[in-house]
Amino acid sequence: MKKKLLSGNEAVALGAYQAGATVGCGYPGTPSTQILENFRNYKDVYTEWSTNEKVALEVAIGSSLAGARTLFTSKHVGINVAADPLFTLSYIGVKGGLVVVTSDDPNMHSSQNEQDNRNYALFAKMPMFEPADSQEALDFTKLAFELSEKYDTPVFLRTTTRISHSKTVVEDTETKTEHKVTGFDKNPKKYVMIPNYARARHFDVEKRIVDLVNDSSNFSINKTEIKDTDIGFITSGICYTYVKEIFPEASILKLGLVYPLPEKLIRDFCSKVKKVYVVEELDPFFETQIKAMGLNVEGKNLFPITGELSPDAIKKAFGKESLAKKADINIQIPARPPALCPGCPHRQIFAILNKLGLIVSGDIGCYTLGVMPPFSSMDTCVDMGASITVAQGIEIALKQKNKVVSVIGDSTFAHSGITGLINAAYNRRNLLMIVLDNGTTAMTGMQPNPFSGETINLVPTMSIDYEKLAGSVGIVAPNFRIVDAYKPEDIEKTIKELMDSEKISLLVVKGPCVILKRKKK
Amino acid sequence: MNNIFNILIVGVGGQGIILASDVITEAAMLAGFDAKKSEIHGMSQRGGSVFSHIRFGEKVFSPVIPESEANILISLEEMETLRWLSYVNEETKIFFMKTQILPAEINDYPQGIEEKMKKNYNNVITIIPEELIKKIGKPKYLNTALLGFVSNHINFTEDVWKKAISANVPDGTFDENWNAFLIGKGVNK
Repeated sequence: MKKKLLSGNEAVALGAYQAGATVGCGYPGTPSTQILENFRNYKDVYTEWSTNEKVALEVAIGSSLAGARTLFTSKHVGINVAADPLFTLSYIGVKGGLVVVTSDDPNMHSSQNEQDNRNYALFAKMPMFEPADSQEALDFTKLAFELSEKYDTPVFLRTTTRISHSKTVVEDTETKTEHKVTGFDKNPKKYVMIPNYARARHFDVEKRIVDLVNDSSNFSINKTEIKDTDIGFITSGICYTYVKEIFPEASILKLGLVYPLPEKLIRDFCSKVKKVYVVEELDPFFETQIKAMGLNVEGKNLFPITGELSPDAIKKAFGKESLAKKADINIQIPARPPALCPGCPHRQIFAILNKLGLIVSGDIGCYTLGVMPPFSSMDTCVDMGASITVAQGIEIALKQKNKVVSVIGDSTFAHSGITGLINAAYNRRNLLMIVLDNGTTAMTGMQPNPFSGETINLVPTMSIDYEKLAGSVGIVAPNFRIVDAYKPEDIEKTIKELMDSEKISLLVVKGPCVILKRKKK
Repeated sequence: MNNIFNILIVGVGGQGIILASDVITEAAMLAGFDAKKSEIHGMSQRGGSVFSHIRFGEKVFSPVIPESEANILISLEEMETLRWLSYVNEETKIFFMKTQILPAEINDYPQGIEEKMKKNYNNVITIIPEELIKKIGKPKYLNTALLGFVSNHINFTEDVWKKAISANVPDGTFDENWNAFLIGKGVNK
């Protein structure tokens, strides 16, 4: 037994390794990124940054069906990208255990929405674990692999930013389960989801959930602590730690398995405790289901549905005052929002776009900060890859050819921008698409991607040739251009020329990320 | 109530807060405590306000410090101090680094922060980074020297600090870091 200080993400990686997982795939996304960055360092494992989450999950499915225990990681919105394979994966089940990590971001520290991915567990009919600290992240990951094989189901492991990025003490048993990769067995009724076979599998899925509901009241990760029987809480994950902090004497039902709910255990708890509160971040996911059991609990009438909870949010819901000293300091301080780094290669282009007064359809990455002053030059940002496609819709509706440009980073372009590029060419659009190539996936901490010429393990590999890619959809010089990110005159002149041409164009603005440059020194 | 010691480090992205908090939390674990720390990575690090909560004691639940319960506030940037005062109480030791970093698009730095802080709080300890850098020789190890200085107010042995620094600083920099720590520790208040 060795004591270690691990982040939730490090603990998930260690848990997967110790469970005998040999394949890990995903796409970088805060707060999940460091799981695979740690997993790749273990011996005899294969890890990849896949092109996007859909691709990653499909690779994971193949690996599981060939018998390997497999880890898939994603941020919450990445599960949207992977949702198509996910729902059918639930029907197919697994061979080697398959754990799907969703790292949610309540309060949107680094995200475009704060969707509560516990809903995916219910929607896709997959069990979901939620740890409350790094020790549980380690233990639950191992357990998730076992449960996955036992119930023939992919298993969700949900973390939130506070779990992924907090470091807590872990007792590491330093023991590893060896999982033999037994190979692919042909089984079309289970693996080929034509309607006839899928209908039969749906029965298996429903039975699996019923079995899990029955069994989960005995799972040790669902823990009842009966103390004061006047007041009790049903909670999970990080919220459990907040409740313990503020109400150390209260009774608690802590759910380690957040879907499906252990109905018997919940009924027992509610019968023993007079007043029961449900404490959960974001949606009333437990509360709605518990109320549907006919039980009398309170929750979102007291606690906010938006943002993160905290020990103080729970205090305030119960009318407890903060004891902070009231200071007499009437100095106004300006906000300090994140901004593009000094020397960032994206700064020039956004200054120019601001000057030209175009409609700028933006995308997800550091460069989304181009929306902030002094650049103030981004007009839409929806999801990964949407810059190119949203711009097409604007062009169609406006019936004007030289009003809108799209701006996307290299990694995002590879993730899901290229399908939009094809759509633009195929449907005869006249759009200027700008790729900001800084040689890395910067926002999530410098991960290589299909444009950067190396893999997650920094092994040299191909990098997509912009010119050939553009040429393959009919975009050639002078409507295909590459300019230096640090030559503003060239950028401005080129944008004007390409806009004036009123033809579909691809402009690559190249300049390495300043943080990456510093790291490589 | 469980007796927990709380340290809040605040500043601006890029000031090295995460490494400093890693060292303290590791030291707490090595000193035999349960320890947790919480911070946020990602977009907020791009020059925004950055914080790290560190907590240790016999058993720690929340990795987030409840308001008013910080025993120590280490602020690496003047105006950032003001954003976190709800975590401070009468007894909190406030290490106030005289560093001013203007947010993007702001030209005038708010004045009089140190005076107001000292008027309102009994335990404000000002640190002049230039003086500390002069003593250690290299700006690179400023935070380690600061940790040394703050270590006089945290009850860990020197050996624990040594191990925690060694486990967290980049390879080949331990000697210089340890030297900076000892110099910081030796500075009188």
